[in-house]
Amino acid sequence: MGLVLDFSVVLDRWQALLDGATLTLQLAFIAVVCGAAIGVFGAIGRRGGNVLVERLCGAYVEAIRNTPLLVQIFLVYFGLSSLGLQFSAFTVAAVALTINVGAYTTEIMRAGFDSIHKGQIEAAEGLGLSRAQIYWHVIIWPGIERVYPALTSQFVLLMLASSVTSQISAEELTAVANYIQSETYRSFETYIVVALIYVALSFIMRFGFWLLGLALFPRRRRLGTPL
Amino acid sequence: MNAHVNPPSVPPNAPVVALRNVHKSFGSLKVLDGVSFTVGRGEVTVLIGRSGSGKSTALRCIDRFETIDGGEIEVCGRRVDDAGLDVRALRQDVGIVFQSYNLFPHLTIEENITLAPHAVKKVPKAEARALAAKVLAQVGLEEKLHAYPEQLSGGQQQRAAIARSLAMQPKVMLFDEVTSALDPELTGEVLKVIEALAAEGMTMVLVTHEMSFARGIADQVVFMHKGKVHEAGPAGILSSPSTPELAQFVGTGF
Repeated sequence: MGLVLDFSVVLDRWQALLDGATLTLQLAFIAVVCGAAIGVFGAIGRRGGNVLVERLCGAYVEAIRNTPLLVQIFLVYFGLSSLGLQFSAFTVAAVALTINVGAYTTEIMRAGFDSIHKGQIEAAEGLGLSRAQIYWHVIIWPGIERVYPALTSQFVLLMLASSVTSQISAEELTAVANYIQSETYRSFETYIVVALIYVALSFIMRFGFWLLGLALFPRRRRLGTPL
Repeated sequence: MNAHVNPPSVPPNAPVVALRNVHKSFGSLKVLDGVSFTVGRGEVTVLIGRSGSGKSTALRCIDRFETIDGGEIEVCGRRVDDAGLDVRALRQDVGIVFQSYNLFPHLTIEENITLAPHAVKKVPKAEARALAAKVLAQVGLEEKLHAYPEQLSGGQQQRAAIARSLAMQPKVMLFDEVTSALDPELTGEVLKVIEALAAEGMTMVLVTHEMSFARGIADQVVFMHKGKVHEAGPAGILSSPSTPELAQFVGTGF
């Protein structure tokens, strides 16, 4: 049996594929931005001060890390609709992905913040900086710099994992693929094309994070300091 | 206003730093056992003693990096042992330099120096930069303004850390074994900066193992032993100690 591949019917639907890819990136962008914000506050919460806040942040992280993403998505989807709230599949997907990546980001950022040497904090305290100023100037930015590669990986992983949201009919790339293959019966070809598009999206994201890193961490830019 | 928050005008002859019968334990380990000494305006006090004698702890108590279990500490008219102390206000009056420099690695030397004046004292950016240039010149590092800490030698980093403290215009400077991580040559350049500060009349408390430096700079030497002030007096006590413990300490060099 010879393998005959025919990509033409798949590629004819490039507009749909492009729309799907755009939506995937939009989902990833929203989840990364909101998830990073959650991560910063979650990490600060987990690091202490208040026992209740510490426990709450810990419970959030453990709940997310120990359940499948698809189940989380269904929980948000059916949870919201059982409350009588109607949101688009895109909104539900964005919320679920944000909650998911926020937990992982919390853990990564916590590792980064914990890696800041006690002497750095004492030096800042000795200069009279407030707790918030110490966090901002001495802990958050250098901490993020240290875990930046891990954050980048997590965010790219999130973009790839967003394919799961096709299950609630978010019109992202994988959902588009499912639709195309059912229409064309060219399943293998469809998923080859889609896989390549995901590879391209990953590269775009990594490049974007590389540029962002140069903007955020001027010392790296000027000295070429490896992370 | 509470007197501890906003200290009233301190009499000109009052000590800048005063420890009175200070006690401090870490768990069951007694580190400070009734320590008392005072530092007058413009005076240089050097704390010496073996590792574990309590000298660094005594220094750290002055800047409230440790809280004490008993006794009194007064710094620039503030009761440091007061639970309601405004710690940030205290630390604007007190500069501290550590053994490990602790410059912020992601900031240039200029940014390291301007950070606290701008963030804490709300000094405008341009003014803070002028201040940075001034204090860097004071430690002989004016050309390193835009360098990052990792581009500096250990001695230069320590001098930059001193400049960073000076930029807050403290009334008293604390030095905690600031040359212990440096080789002899780099030690020399840091000690010179400290000597220049002393000559300008800065009130200072130093913990150091550099005996010849201590002899040259100290108005008062405090020898600590087993958590107590074992012997104290002018720098001359290093040459003619009156207790066998200090004699042995000076004799061995440590």
